[in-house]
Parts: sequence; C-alpha cells; structure tokens
Amino acid sequence: MFSNILIYFVVIPLLMLGLLAVSQNMKQIRAVAVTGSLALLGLSVYLLTDYLSLRAAGADAPMLYTDSWSWFAPLNINMAVGVDGISIAMLILSSVILLTGSFASWKINPHPKEFFLWLVLLSTGVFGFFISIDLFTMFMFYEVALIPMYLLIGVWGSGKKNYSAMKLTLMLMGGSAFLMLGLIGIYYNGGHTWNIVEIAQGNLIDPSWQNFLFPMTFVGFGVLGAMFPFHTWSPDGHASAPTAVSMLHAGVLMKLGGYGCFRVAIYLMPQAAEELAWIFLILTGISVVYGAFSACVQTDLKYINAYSSVSHCGLVLFAILMLNTTAMTGAIMQMLSHGLMTALFFALIGMIYGRTHTRDIREMGGLMKIMPCLAVCYVIAGMASLGLPGLSGFVAEMTIFIGSFEHTDTFHRVFTILACCSIVITAVYILRVVGKLLFGPVYDEHHLSLTDATWWERTSTFALIVCVAAIGCFPNFFEELIKFTFSPQIFAVIGMN
Amino acid sequence: MDITLIYYLVPSLIMFCCGIYGFLTRKNMIAMLISLELMLNAIDINFVVFNRFLYPGSMEGMFFTLFAIAIAAAETAIAIAIIINIFRADKNINVEDASQMKN
Amino acid sequence: MDFTIPLLILAIPLGMFLLLGLAGMKMSHKTAGVLGTLGMGTVLVLSYFTAFQYYFSGNPEFISEAGQRLQSIIFNVDWLAFTPNLVIRLGFLLDPISAMMLIVIPTISFMVHLYSLGYMKGEKGFQRYYAFLSLFSFSMLGLVVATNIFQMYIFWELVGASSYLLIGFFYTLPSAVSASKKAFIVTRFADLGFLVGILILSFYTQTFDFITLTSDPGSVLASTAGATFMGCSVLTLAMVLIFMGGMGKSAMMPLHIWLPDAMEGPTPVSALIHAATMVVAGVYLVARMFPVYLQVPSSLEFVLVIGAITALYAAVVACCQIDIKRVLAFSTISQIAFMMVSLGVARPEIHECLGYMASMFHLFTHAMFKALLFLGAGALIHAVHSNNYTAMGGLRKYMPITHITFLIGCLAIAGIPPFAGFFSKDEILVAVYGYSTFWGIWMSCVAGLTAFYMFRIYYLIFWWNEPDYHHRPHDGEMVMSLPLIILAAVSTVAGFIHFGEFVTWQGHEYQIHMDYVVAGISVAIALVGIFFARFLYLKENDRPRRMADSCRWLWTAANRRFYWDEIYMFITHKIIFNGICRPIAWFDRAVIDGSMNGLAIVTNKASVAIKNLQSGRVQQYVLLYLIGALLLAVITAWCVL
Repeated sequence: MFSNILIYFVVIPLLMLGLLAVSQNMKQIRAVAVTGSLALLGLSVYLLTDYLSLRAAGADAPMLYTDSWSWFAPLNINMAVGVDGISIAMLILSSVILLTGSFASWKINPHPKEFFLWLVLLSTGVFGFFISIDLFTMFMFYEVALIPMYLLIGVWGSGKKNYSAMKLTLMLMGGSAFLMLGLIGIYYNGGHTWNIVEIAQGNLIDPSWQNFLFPMTFVGFGVLGAMFPFHTWSPDGHASAPTAVSMLHAGVLMKLGGYGCFRVAIYLMPQAAEELAWIFLILTGISVVYGAFSACVQTDLKYINAYSSVSHCGLVLFAILMLNTTAMTGAIMQMLSHGLMTALFFALIGMIYGRTHTRDIREMGGLMKIMPCLAVCYVIAGMASLGLPGLSGFVAEMTIFIGSFEHTDTFHRVFTILACCSIVITAVYILRVVGKLLFGPVYDEHHLSLTDATWWERTSTFALIVCVAAIGCFPNFFEELIKFTFSPQIFAVIGMN
Repeated sequence: MDITLIYYLVPSLIMFCCGIYGFLTRKNMIAMLISLELMLNAIDINFVVFNRFLYPGSMEGMFFTLFAIAIAAAETAIAIAIIINIFRADKNINVEDASQMKN
Repeated sequence: MDFTIPLLILAIPLGMFLLLGLAGMKMSHKTAGVLGTLGMGTVLVLSYFTAFQYYFSGNPEFISEAGQRLQSIIFNVDWLAFTPNLVIRLGFLLDPISAMMLIVIPTISFMVHLYSLGYMKGEKGFQRYYAFLSLFSFSMLGLVVATNIFQMYIFWELVGASSYLLIGFFYTLPSAVSASKKAFIVTRFADLGFLVGILILSFYTQTFDFITLTSDPGSVLASTAGATFMGCSVLTLAMVLIFMGGMGKSAMMPLHIWLPDAMEGPTPVSALIHAATMVVAGVYLVARMFPVYLQVPSSLEFVLVIGAITALYAAVVACCQIDIKRVLAFSTISQIAFMMVSLGVARPEIHECLGYMASMFHLFTHAMFKALLFLGAGALIHAVHSNNYTAMGGLRKYMPITHITFLIGCLAIAGIPPFAGFFSKDEILVAVYGYSTFWGIWMSCVAGLTAFYMFRIYYLIFWWNEPDYHHRPHDGEMVMSLPLIILAAVSTVAGFIHFGEFVTWQGHEYQIHMDYVVAGISVAIALVGIFFARFLYLKENDRPRRMADSCRWLWTAANRRFYWDEIYMFITHKIIFNGICRPIAWFDRAVIDGSMNGLAIVTNKASVAIKNLQSGRVQQYVLLYLIGALLLAVITAWCVL
C-alpha cells in the first residue's frame, strides 16, 4: 500500500494531525504546519515532474499511478487512487495554498492548536478527494473536507459567524444530498462499480439514466462551485471566515466543485452533458455576469471578492460545459488561476483587516501610502483578476473564450460574448476598490500609524504572486500537462475535438 | 367451582388499568414507579396464566415472567436512584418539575 | 537577421522595469533615473540599428529583387496553443511600418526619459515613475512588432495597464485616480470589442498571424463568405469590432472621453503615451490589418466617418479649452482622426493607396511635433505651476527656448511649409480629395481650425498680457531643453524624408508628388487660421470675450466638450450602477438569499410546531401511546370484522 506515491498525500496530513495533537506551543504548531505543507508541496512537485516524464516516455493511460485496495467488498468499495494532469494541477494548487494559508495564520488566536488541527483535517479531505478515483472514497473525502469548515468559521470567524457557518454547512450538505443520490445511481446503473476510469472507459451508464444522474451530480458539485442560484453561502461564508479558511475555501474547496463537475458529471456522462448542457450554460452564464455586477456595489471587501469568485467560478463551470478541449483546458487554468489569486486576495484582505479592523471600503482610503507592500500586492492581485496579460487570469480567460467560440450556433455565441463582457465589469469593480482603498487621500488619521507587512505575510503573498505570474508567463506548460486528460477514448462518444 | 382463565385475567386487567390510571395521573415519581410495577405485574400474571392454561407442557411463559421480574427489579433500582438524585437536586420529585434536561 | 538585437530591444525595457520596480526603493533617485535613461538609450541605438538594417541593408530577407519591402519575422516563439491552428506566438515582425515605429517609439521615449530627469526631480516615487516608463516602452515596442493579432492584444492590454499606472502616478490626488480609472475602463470596454472581433476573425480564418491574414486576404477570408451572426456578415462585424478596439485606444468618438482626463498624469507621460505613441495604436492596428479592411470597404467607410466626425468635434472643442494640456489633448484626438480618415480613404485605385502612406507619415511627424508641444507645455507648467493659460502670458521674454520650440511645433501642426506637418497633412488631404470632395473640404476646414486653436494658445501663452508672476519664470534646465531642441529640429526637417520610399502599402516604392493646388489651399487656410488667432489674441483685448458672448451656448457647449462626460456619467451611474448593479445586488440578497433563508425559516417553524410532541413529559407520551394503541386495536378489529 505504501509503495504508491499518492497515498502519501493522505498520510502526510494524517501525520501532521498526530504531531499537532501532541505539540505544546505555538512554535511547534507552526513548525509542524509549515514543514508538513512544504513536504506536501515537494511531493506534488515531484509527482508533477515524474508524471511528465512518464507521459514523455509514452504512458497513455487516462490515469497514472493507479492502485486499488479493497475496503468493503460486498458493495465493491475500494480505496482507489490515480491521477492525471488535472488532479496534479489541483494537488499543487492545494499544497501551495495550504502553505501560504499556514503563513497567513501565523498569529491565529485563540486555540491555535485546534485551528490547525481542523485546517489540516480539511486539507486531508481535499488531498484525498483529488487523488481518489473511486466515487465512494471520493465522496467520503469530500465530506471530510466540508465538515471542518463549520467549526473553523463558527469558532474562529468574525461577524455573523454562527449564521454563516450554519448556512454554509447546510447548503453544502444539501448539495451533498443530491450528489450522493447521483453517485448511488451511478453505482447501480454503471455496472456496480465505483471506479471512475472503468465507468468512463466503458461508458457504462445508460443514456436515459444519464439524463437523470447528470443534473444530480452537476448540481451537487455545482453548489460548491458557487453556481447560480446556489451561491449565497459564498458571500456570507467568506465574510465570516478567518483568513486562512477563506483562502483554503475559495482557493481550493470551491475547486472541488469544478473538479467534481468535470470528473464525475461530464467525464462519466458525456452524452447527458451534451444534451443538457444548455440548462447549465444559462445558469453559469448568469453566474458570470451576475456575480460581477453584484460585486460592483458591495462595500465589504470580502463580499466583493466573494461575488467576484461567483463570477470567476461561474466561468469555470461555463467552460466545462462547452465540451471541447480548448475550453476545458481553459477551465482548468481558470481554476488554478482563480484559486491562487483569490487566495491572494483573501490573504491581503485578512492582513488589511487585521490592521484597520474594518473591511468597509468606505472607511478606508490611501492605504498605498501607509502600507505600500500590501497595497502593491493588492494591485497585482487586482490586475490578475481583471485579466492583465502576464498574470494568470488572462491566459485562462482567453483560452475559455477561444474554446467557447468554437460553437457556431447563436445560443453559444451569445453566451460567450456575455461571458466576455465580464472582463469589463471585472475591471470596474476591481478598479473601484483599488481606487477607493489604496489610492486617494488617507481617509482615517488613525490608520497613519499602521505598519506594513511582516515577514510571514510577505512570504505568504509573494509566494502566491510568483505562482500567479508563473502561470501567466508560461501557459503552454499547462497545455502539456492537461492534454492527456481529454483522451479521445473517453470523449469519443460525443465526438469531442 | 372451576377456576377458569377468566378468573385470572379480570384481576390482572383491573391491576393493569389501575397501573395506567396511576401512571397517567400521579405527579409523584415514586407513585408513577409503583403504577409501572403494577402494570408489569399484571402482564406477568397474564404470561403465567396463559402459559399454564394454553400450553401446559411448555415453560416459556414462566421463564419470561422470571426475566421480567428480574429486569423490573433492576429497573426499579435505577429508577429509584435517579429519583433520589433528582430529589437531592430539587428537593422535589414532581415529574413535571424535572425539566432541566430539556432545551 | 540575427535575433539577438531585436530580442534585446524588448528585453532591456522589461528588465529595467523589473529592476527598478523591485530594487528601485533601495536606489537613489539619480541612480534610478540615469539607469532608466541609459537603458532606453541603449534601446534607442539598437532600434535605430535594426530599422537601418531593415531599410538600407538590402538584405534579401527585407527587400525582394523587384524592390518590394517584405514582411520578415525575426523570431516567433509559441506561447500558448489553444488549438493546433490557433497559437499565440510571441515574436518580432519587421516590416515597413513596424520598422518606422521602432524609430518613433524609442526616440520619443528616450526624450521623455531625459526630460523627466529634470521635470520629475524630487517627486516622491521617482523610481516607480521610471519603472512604469520602462514597462510602457516594453509594452509599446511589443505591440508594434507583434507577429499576430493576439500578441498585439496582449501588449495592447499591457500598454493600457501601464497607461493606467502612469495616469494615476500622483495617486493621492482623487482626480488622478478617477482619471486613471476612467481611462482603463473606457479602453477596456473598447478592448471587449477588439477581443470579440479577434474571436470571430480567428474562428473563421483559423489563424492569428498577420502575415497569413494580410498576404492573401481573399483566400483566407473565403471561409467567412455567407457566414452571418445575428443578421450581420461576420467579416464586417469582426472588422468593425476590431476597429472598436482601435477607437478606444486612439480616443475616437464616442470613446474619446478618457484622453482629456488622462492629462492628470505627469506631463512627460502625456507626451509619451497620450500624444505620440500609445494613442496611435489604433491607427497602427488598422494599418496592420489594412489588407483585410480593404476586403470590407464598408468597414473602411466606417473608419472614415468616425474619423472625420471626431476630427471636427475635437478641433471645435480645442478652441474653447482653458487648460493648455486639454487643448493639446483635443488636438491629439483631432490629429489621430486625420490619420484614421486617411486610412479610411485609402484604396488601391486612388494613388496606389496614398492614404495608407500618408497616415503613417502623419503618424511619424505628429509623434515628433506633438511630443515637442507636450514637452514644451510641461516646461511652461513647470515654470508657472499652472495648467491654465490664464496664468500665463508674455512668456516669450522669459523662456526663449521654450518659445521658439513651441512655435516650431505650432507651425508644424498647422501645416506651414517647410515644417513636417505640412508634408504629411498635405498627403492626407490629397488622398481625401482623391476619394471624395465633400470629405476633402471637411478635412480642410478642420485643418484651418487646427491652425487657429494652436495659435490661439500660442498667442495666449507667449504674447497677450503678462500676469503677475510670483517669481520670474525661466526655461527648464538643460536635460529639459535638450529634448525640446532635438524634437524641434526633427519637426523642422522630418517632412523632407521621402517617406514613400520607406513605408507604402505592399512595400513598393512610391514617389510623392506635390499637389500644388491642394497644398496651396491648405496653406492658405492655415494662414487664415493663424492670422485670425493673431487678430484675436496678440494683445489683451475684449474681442475674444465679445465673440464668445455672441454665441454663448456654442461656446459653453464646446467648453464642456459637448456634454459627453455628463452623458457617460448618466449612463454609467444612473443606468448601469443604479439601474443594474443595485437591483441585482438587492435581488441577490432579498430573493435568492431570501429564499434560502426562507427555506431555513420554514424548516425551523415546522420543527417548532412538532416539537411539542416531544415534550419530555412521560405521562403525555403514555397517554398518546395508549390512545394510539386503542385506535389501532379498534381499526384492526373493524377491519377484521
């Protein structure tokens, strides 16, 4: 069992949990968190290089490093693992955000030990989810990732934290209910196996059942991907969550939704996806524009960012539904890009809030003068968000638009152009915040005495900026990484190019 | 005079109804416990009697009664313990007042 | 040609941006400034060398046996492959117009770098300023040497961002912040059109490459034949949308509103970005795609009409502005519109696309004299600490160098021989008259207005009446005067370049023939404008006021720029912000979130309602149980019997 590299993505967090449980003081807690997440990052980078060399050597299976251990034989439940380019991209994203999140919660108070315990448990779920190819274990890890969120927001949050935590958990659980129904349906109609690769390769699900199961799973994961109209947990949840939790949640957890929509709904049921895509295209198209417009009038920094996430994550689902290689590649890049830049945003907002004790943009101004380092980082994050070339947002969005435009019918084209409009609206709300918050005269005299970023805050933000710029400058790398995922043997049924 | 099944069942029914009446109306927990015992004993009688009259060859009814008596004893012991503890806390064993565990 | 030097032309400014941006805070002002200027100087030398190689080396890469100048890709690297056909490459394309831009951009940029050493001395964020200038130079150079339309789009966005950063350089001033925001958002909106245009065009042609698109547009565009989208021919739609991108960057009506506000930036920035280089990107784009535009004459008509209306509008508004930078800004809009018109009338059958050559010629000369005028205005502002001509007057005595150079700039833009503007504007007018007399007369009138408004501010600044100066104004220091002198010299002689030998449509050499009738008319009109301005503004008098009073509404309307800003304010604030954003935000909170909360409330109410069944009262349970049991018994009995 331990000869498979993937299992260590779960083992390391579990070890971290054990070490955190016995650590005595803040120093040890930090040491465990940072070392553990560095180990995870190292592991995922190693996995990346190894994966690429395997692919270069000619491995052409849809998933590599596959392995399966029986867990509950009567129902054919296995702990099955395996990764392809998308999963690896997500693993790297998760470990980067866990690392930067640990730095961002350097001074978490109160109960640092418990905070990190739950945070690491959450990431156990996340890593487990991305390495699983067994629907049942995947679902289990999904739930493991969701539940700690309740406590993390409820205990360490701010504002209406109980309400938000409850709302978030209940809405996501509601999604899970749909999802579970869908997964069980897949099991019984997909040849009594939970294994994703087997089902996909055999296209085992009966098309008439697909039409029922596809909406179930898509909505189930779509709730987590903040699809309109199931997105309202996101603004409240993010607003109340502590910094690191917002980062992990927007940066990684919302990606579980997009990843799940792709890996389960589309991957296993391409025919239904082709048939029913239009319904969800309308919903996600609305998400994209609606989120952006809503963000224009918010005054709380976290609300602005949460609505911007609705818009950007809407674009992910939108692109997935286009069902062609280019748009889907764009969707994956958008997931990475959004994950990184929104984590950066939330980290910065947390740092600003920690100093000014307000997140209301009407009560702040001229922060560029007071905390130039944080302000410059914020501008860079904003530029990434509005799609400046050289940063990650641009390449992702352009790939999505080019891919989406391959559809020649008016319906798809109109929605693509609608989605393109979001780049203008994004510019409006980003520049509104940047202009109000960072530029202009100093609004509050008391803010003049505030300090700039500390070294751990710099580490956290700079690491994210480097990643954002890396994606933006070398996008072709992802093309290489992702292309094997859309293997013709899986999407041949719908004749996807 | 031949003592038939009915001669046993009528007193048992009366006992059972008394038990129900007592359980429903008394507020004192000890009294409720006594009513409970009454009902149990009425049932025990029925078991024994049915066994004796309907299946004279077998002994299951008897055994069941013995088990019931044993369990009733244990249950009474626990109930009394709880009641005493409630009394210590509240100086009162009115069943309607024992509501701190609610909400 | 070896790729090292072209690569360095792009790499040096980028490297300088990263160096000054990351390590600038640790440097002294002087080090940062000198470093930036030296970097730009190196780029200047390298670009001149490259352009020289292109035009004069006779290398078969660049010029065919028959003397036709060729398009030559120096290097081209895959950057992002969308599909096997649609690949964004980052490369370096040398052809007549990009080689010309390789002269224009580094020249102006270097002058501005030099000038800023004096102008920005002591400003907070001096290093940041030089970092942004380097970023801008990098982006602009990347834009002009783009080998494909998507590379152009990438750098198009980057120049937009660097323009945003530079306009908002004085970030503590609310006016600068809102101007920068406006510039970015308006151009972003235009870029949306550009992007959709690219999407449409690339979908049908399956290529981004300029060379593929322009070398044989007929066959590449064959696939668009008959394709329509929402009732329009896709090709027309694509070309108009791509032009929309150009309208945004080049401040054509109705997307011109950002440029006057962009004058909030430091004056050298206005000279570099908002006069000489970035704002001509739209013209450059149309020129770059010109063979494709030729396939769709209706889109060229559109370019012509937009250009002609903008030219007149901007010229009229420029006559009634008080802020000298605003006057120059509107004059820039008007002059760029001239270039657009010139492209709009270029047809192979009219003097072998003279309009194309003329517009590039005007782009070249305009860059020189407009940069000169802006830098001159900078020197004036530096001296009197105000942007308004009301604070100036009689300055010819105090600032002789500025005076002479500014005068040369004015003469050049007014089109007086032998200054540069005369030649290029004359070519444009010849092309326009060749296309249609109506537009010819129209543009001649605009040319007359140009002469008038430029000499209006010239007389108001350097003659008129002298206000009380707190301290004696004087010319700027050497680093500021030197660029003025160089640019004035260039503006004087640039017209004598045989431009037709270097830049023409399809690269064939073209001999410029003076059309003396058109030239005579335009000079006469310009002289009328100048003398009228002299009559009104030479000495302090009340003729200008009386004239303004005689048609007050027109003057006010022109002074308020015909209320475009108010219209935009109304659309963005009243309609989009209050009419769309707020209702959506309300809808989200009240309806979507409300229904989720409603669900929770209903669940809660229901659970409260059935909670009483779980009262915890044992006796109630027993009673209910008993009733239930009895009922069951009765039902069972009833059923059985």
